[in-house]
Amino acid sequence: MKRTHLYILVATLSAVGLAVFLYKVFAIGLPIASEERTEVWRVEVQLRLKAEGGPVKATLQLPQNTGAFAVIDQSFVSPGFGVTTASQGPNQQAVFSIREISGAQTLYYRAVVQRGRRFQDRGSRDPLPELTPPQFEGAELAAVRAITQGASRQSADPPTLAALIVRRLKEARPGDEASLLLGPQPTAARRVRVAVDLMRFAGVPARMVHGLMLEPERSGAGFVRWIEYYDKGFWAALYPSEPKPEALRHYLPWWRGSAPLLTVSGGEAEHHVTISRSQEYSLQVALAQKRELERRLVDYSLFGLPLQAQALFRIVMVVPIGIFLLVVLRNVVGVKTFGTFMPVLIALAFRQTGLVWGIAFLVLIIAIGLAIRFYLERLKLLLVPRLAAVVIVVVLTLVVLTIISHRLGIERGLSIGLFPIVIMTMTIERMTLVWEERGPLEAFQQAAGSLVVGTLCYFVMKVALIEHLMFVFPELLLVVLAATLLLGRYSGYRLVELPRFRVLAK
Amino acid sequence: MTNWLAVARRLRERGVLGINGRNADYTLIHNPRHRYPLVDDKLQTKQLATRAGIAVPELYGVVEIQHQAVAVNRLVENRRDFVIKPARGSQGDGIIVVTGRSRRLYRTADGSLLDDDALCFHTSNILSGIYSLGGQPDVALIEYRVNFDPVFEAVAFRGVPDVRIIVYQGVPVMAMVRLPTRASHGKANLHQGAIGTGVNMATGTTLTAVWRTSIVTEHPDTGNPVSGVQIPQWQTLLEFAARSYELTGLGYQGIDIVLDRDKGPMILELNARPGLAIQIANRAGIKTRLDLVERERRKLATIADRVAFARERFGVGPSPA
Repeated sequence: MKRTHLYILVATLSAVGLAVFLYKVFAIGLPIASEERTEVWRVEVQLRLKAEGGPVKATLQLPQNTGAFAVIDQSFVSPGFGVTTASQGPNQQAVFSIREISGAQTLYYRAVVQRGRRFQDRGSRDPLPELTPPQFEGAELAAVRAITQGASRQSADPPTLAALIVRRLKEARPGDEASLLLGPQPTAARRVRVAVDLMRFAGVPARMVHGLMLEPERSGAGFVRWIEYYDKGFWAALYPSEPKPEALRHYLPWWRGSAPLLTVSGGEAEHHVTISRSQEYSLQVALAQKRELERRLVDYSLFGLPLQAQALFRIVMVVPIGIFLLVVLRNVVGVKTFGTFMPVLIALAFRQTGLVWGIAFLVLIIAIGLAIRFYLERLKLLLVPRLAAVVIVVVLTLVVLTIISHRLGIERGLSIGLFPIVIMTMTIERMTLVWEERGPLEAFQQAAGSLVVGTLCYFVMKVALIEHLMFVFPELLLVVLAATLLLGRYSGYRLVELPRFRVLAK
Repeated sequence: MTNWLAVARRLRERGVLGINGRNADYTLIHNPRHRYPLVDDKLQTKQLATRAGIAVPELYGVVEIQHQAVAVNRLVENRRDFVIKPARGSQGDGIIVVTGRSRRLYRTADGSLLDDDALCFHTSNILSGIYSLGGQPDVALIEYRVNFDPVFEAVAFRGVPDVRIIVYQGVPVMAMVRLPTRASHGKANLHQGAIGTGVNMATGTTLTAVWRTSIVTEHPDTGNPVSGVQIPQWQTLLEFAARSYELTGLGYQGIDIVLDRDKGPMILELNARPGLAIQIANRAGIKTRLDLVERERRKLATIADRVAFARERFGVGPSPA
C-alpha cells in the first residue's frame, strides 16, 4: 500500500519533470548540449537614399509570415530617422521618416532568420482578404476566358487549376492567348503576376509572394516571386520558376501583393540585399525567440535572474546531482563517509580550489588539526573548548599556509575562501569525533571514503553537460527527486555487503 | 573472478538481510521513532525493566551535572567494584569497569590503575557528551559490576561476554554469544574484534563462531573450543527477550543479556538497530525466520507461546564443527 503510494508519487514527479523538459527541448528549442549550435541567416537590406532636401519618408516591407523560417531578431540602423512599424494587410512595413534632410543617406534593416522547428508545409494561415477579381477588356478578356475555361474544365480543385494555369503560361507560343497576356519577353515576375490574375479571374483567391533565396550566401541578392493560392483554409505556395524541390527549403517569404519593397517620397532610393550564414549558440538563439508565451517562460526561468545570481545557481543546481550520487554510493554501494552530506560540501570546496590543491590542502590541514587535537588531549580539556581550540588552530594554519603559498608564488593557495574553511573545520571535528568514538581505523576509513566520494561528486558536478542541463532545465530536479525517493525504499543489498556475507552464500 | 550477481541471488535465497533491508522493511516500519529514547538511554531502559520485574544490574547512582562529577568518588566510597558508563553511549565506548581497589587507587578490568581525579575526569567527559550519539550532553551511570558466569570463562578474554538476541514482534528469532578477545580490548562488539558464536535456539548451545570475517572453532586467545557450550537458564533468557517487546514497543530489536554468577541473567541494554553480523555467526539468513514469524504471529499471543515457537521452529541440527 505504501509502495503504491510511493510509486504513484515517483511516476507523477518524473512525468511532470520530463514533460516540461521535453516541451522545452522540442517546443521552445532549448538545446540539450551547451555547445550545440544552430544555423542562422543574417539578411541585411541596405537602402541608399538620395534626399531632395525636404521631408523624406521611406516605406520598407518587412518579412512576416515567413513560413518555414522564424525571424528571431531584427534591427534598424537609421541615424536621425524616426522608425515606426505598422501592419498593412498581410504585410508588415517599416516607415523611416525625417523632417528635413539632403544628400546621400544609408539606412539598414537587419534580420536574423532561423529555420523554424516545425516545417509548415501547408502554408500560412492568413485570413482570406477581400480580393476583387481583375478587370480585363477586349482581346485580353477573350484570352483570359479561353485559358481559365480550359483550365477549369480540366481541373478538379485549386491546386490542379493553379498547376494547369502555370503550365499553360509556361508553354506560351508566339501568337496564342498566353503570349498575348504575357507580352513580349516576359520576366518571371510578369509570369507570376499574370498567373495570379488568371487564378483570381477563375475564382480562386491568389496572390504574389516576394521572397529571398537564402542559399548561397551572397551580396546583391534579388527578390524572387511565386504564387500563393487559397485552398481549404490555407495559403499554399506554387513556385513557377523553381524546378528543383530541394531548393525550395531555402525560400524565405518576405511580403505579399504587388506593392514594391521600397517606396520613397521626397527622394530616390535603391536597395541592396546581403545574405550571410552563421552558426550561433542554440541557447542564445532559443532565448532570443520572440513568441510571447516562450518569452514569459524564459523570464520566469533562471535566465531571468541577474547574472550574479545566475552564476550562483549554476553551482547550486548541480548540488542535488552530487547529493544523488552520494545517496547511491552510500546506500547502494555502501561507502562510509563523514556525516551525511559532508562529501558534497567537500566537492563544492574543491570547485573553488581545484582538485589537486583541494585534496592537498584538506589532507594537510586535517593532519595538522588531528595533531593539535592529540596534543590537546594531554591537557585533558573538556569537549567543546577542545573542539573550539582545534578550529582556531585550523584557521591559523590556513592563514600561514595561504601566506606561504602566496610568497612561493602559488596563487591557487589564495583561492581558499570562507566556505572551504568552514567545511574543513567541520571535517576535522567529525573526524576527531569518529576517532574518539570508533577508533583510528574507522576514522581513516571514513576519511578515505569521504575523500573518494567528494572527488567523484566533484567530477560529476563539474561535467559541463550536467551543469548546463540542470541550469537550463531545473525541472529535471523533479526526476532526480523521484529517483531519490525510489532509492529511499531500496531494500536490496549494498555492494559491500556481498563480500561481507559471502560466507553465507555457500 | 567472483560472480557477484550470483552471490546476491544466493544470499537472497538464503534469506540474508542487508542494512537497507533491515532499515526499510523492519526498523523503519516496526520501530516507532518516539520509542527510541527508551533504548538509547540506558537509564530509561533500566527503569523500565525494573518496573517490569526484569533483572538488570543494580544502579548505584547517577551523575547528571558537571559539578557533581566530584561526587562520583563519594558515590563509590563503599564499593569495591562497580561500572561507570554513559547513559547514551554506543558500541560499549566510555565504559570503565572497576574490579577492585589497591590502596587509594581503582583497578580496572584491563589492569590499569586510576586515581580519584582520573575517575572524576572520565565522568566529566561522559557528561559533556564525548561518548554519546551525536555528542549530546549525557549522564553517567554507576552500577553493579557483573561477575560473569564461569560458563564462558574458558572462552572469553577479559571483558564481559554477553548474549545478543534479536526479537521480532516479541518472538526471539536469532541469538549469538559475543566473546571478548584480546583484539577487542575486552569489548563485546563484533566489529571491534570480538567473537560471535551462533546459538541453537532450541537448546541454547553455541554453534560455530565468526571472528572478523572468518569462521573459527576455537577462541583465538585461549585456544578453547567455542562451540557446544550450553548457555545456562536458556529458557529465562528467551523469556526476557520475549518480554522486552512489551517493554519498549519496538517490533525489531536486539537485547543484550549478561549472565551473573550470583544473580543470574540480567538485561544490559536494548538496541533499536541491532547489527546484522549475527547472521554470519549463525551461518543463516535472518529473513527466513522473520517471514515465518510474520506468517504465524496471530497465533502467538502470550510470552510462553512466543518462546515455545522460537524453541520449536528456530532450532538447528548439531553444529557441523
